[in-house]
Amino acid sequence: MPKKMRKQDNEAIILATDFRPAKRDKVFYAINGAILILLTLIVLIPLIYILACSFSSPRAVAGGKVYLWPVEFSVEGYRRVFVYPNIWVSYGNTIFYTIVGTAINVVVTILCAYPLARRDLPYKGIIMFIFTFTMMFSGGMIPSYILLKNLGMTNTRWAMLVPGALSVYNMIVARTFLMNIPSDLLDAASIDGCNDTQYFFRIALPLSGTLISMLVLFYAVGHWNSYFNAFLYLYDKKLMPLQIVLREVLVANSINTESIADESSFTAIVGMSELIKHALIVVSSVPILVLYPFLRRYFVKGVMIGSLKG
Amino acid sequence: MRKEVSRLTSARFPQKRSGWKKLKNYWRLYAFLLIPLVYVLVFCYTPMAGLQIAFKKYSPRLGIMRSPWVGFTQFRKFFNSYYFERTLGNTLTLSIYSIVAGFPIPIILALMFNCVRFSAGRKAAQNIMYMPHFISVVVMVGIINQVFGARTGLYGQIYRYFDPSATVPDLQLSANAFRHMYVWSGVWQGMGWGTVIYTAALTGVDPALHEAAVIDGASRLQRVVHVDVPTIIPTITITLILRFGSIMGIGFDKVYLMQNDMNLRVSEVISTYTYKVGLTSTLDYSYSTAIGMFNSVVGLIMLALMNFISRRVSETSLW
Repeated sequence: MPKKMRKQDNEAIILATDFRPAKRDKVFYAINGAILILLTLIVLIPLIYILACSFSSPRAVAGGKVYLWPVEFSVEGYRRVFVYPNIWVSYGNTIFYTIVGTAINVVVTILCAYPLARRDLPYKGIIMFIFTFTMMFSGGMIPSYILLKNLGMTNTRWAMLVPGALSVYNMIVARTFLMNIPSDLLDAASIDGCNDTQYFFRIALPLSGTLISMLVLFYAVGHWNSYFNAFLYLYDKKLMPLQIVLREVLVANSINTESIADESSFTAIVGMSELIKHALIVVSSVPILVLYPFLRRYFVKGVMIGSLKG
Repeated sequence: MRKEVSRLTSARFPQKRSGWKKLKNYWRLYAFLLIPLVYVLVFCYTPMAGLQIAFKKYSPRLGIMRSPWVGFTQFRKFFNSYYFERTLGNTLTLSIYSIVAGFPIPIILALMFNCVRFSAGRKAAQNIMYMPHFISVVVMVGIINQVFGARTGLYGQIYRYFDPSATVPDLQLSANAFRHMYVWSGVWQGMGWGTVIYTAALTGVDPALHEAAVIDGASRLQRVVHVDVPTIIPTITITLILRFGSIMGIGFDKVYLMQNDMNLRVSEVISTYTYKVGLTSTLDYSYSTAIGMFNSVVGLIMLALMNFISRRVSETSLW
């Protein structure tokens, strides 16, 4: 590569690169664009299919007539979902677990990340290792289960909030973020007689708005989507989060018979149960997918910070 | 400037003080760490201590500490069982297949996004492609079931469209299809989001290199191969090594949700088997813990090995 050409030819070069693609590159750009459009469609089509089905009639769904646009438009599926047993209780539970769980997560994560982001903290390396080791090795399913049972946490809301209180990965992201706050600020503040707690609340925290938004999003999505802890530790229906109800309907295929009892024919029952599944997928995913475009940049930023270290 | 600041800092934290006094200066910071440390000790390290039941015959009546030791009996039982080969084989097959299929695609996709000149279009495509990442495992498996349903799914509809008289083969009940469905649905869900890290790396490409290449008459494709790719090679290396490091970490959730009696032969992995042995039918805590521990230990060794290689190859490592 000739490195001689640098600043002096800048204008000519800008013309060459950014003005108009060379003729032979046009083919490349066209193919590139076409493949990307195709891939985007591949991602989009299953989602549109589910959405289209959820707004169709049970008969159209059972007959396999729906492709990418609702056939015999109806909101029957949603009507059934809204009266589906346990759906509102579990929806409420999920919202509770998401809000309270995320609050706990963010507080614990920042409490942990702030001291470890300080370059002058003695024994920082050992403490850091205590945390990172848990990312690589764990006691596994049964010992954790026995522990929670001994603590009396199984089948309580605590089982959904406490065992995952800290994600070490997110803590490392937070630490990397906090390390980027210039240490001159700390020096200046300590000259003015500011101690470490005051520095945290008055300087580090107010500068961490982006970080907190990032953490909230990562943890909140995790809580909203999590099903494993509930699956393992809960058995009371009143405590179940949405994902468990979803599993029963979507995967175990055990639709509550009350909600389709009034259908007479076999086809109608099949259609209605499929319709309920489609509508349930939409209802459970909408909160995240609607908020997502507005919050995307925080997610992306989080991944980028995380990728710097680890 | 630098020097002054460091002098001021050291005025506050005189370096000659002994260990205790030094720690005393930092007590506030250690107080911050109190809750997180208690948390990991209780919820991460206590279960690790609980791993001892893998070497014991656990009885709920006696508890973890007082149950009798049995040495490596549980491990021997697993290694001699016919599930050992099957679950280990399935775990490795699913992992390696996922890496082979899922690893290169985000890289290619990121390079392709990077070549798009129409930025509004690129952003729209990226937004759409990132979306599936945020779908929960349960819903993801639900979508697979709905789309690949033989009777009412999109797959069945298209199949019948081309061949109305045929009986549509049911992919969900087919053991042969399980691996492909598992892996490619994972690719579908993760390929967009997987580009983020490479897109970040691609912002580090020196524009001067592109300019020079254009002057030399390189086409866009040649510039991708000779400018873009070399820049992101370090990122690719590290990501690949880490992926191989987590080769034993096939998640429980999705496999378990996609399992049925018909595909069990290829879908039983170590984590699902651990669950079944421990918490369903047999309730054999010790045996289940031994199987899980085997998985974690091999996983840790793999990670350490890959980290060692990574440090040799690229001077970057986890620790």
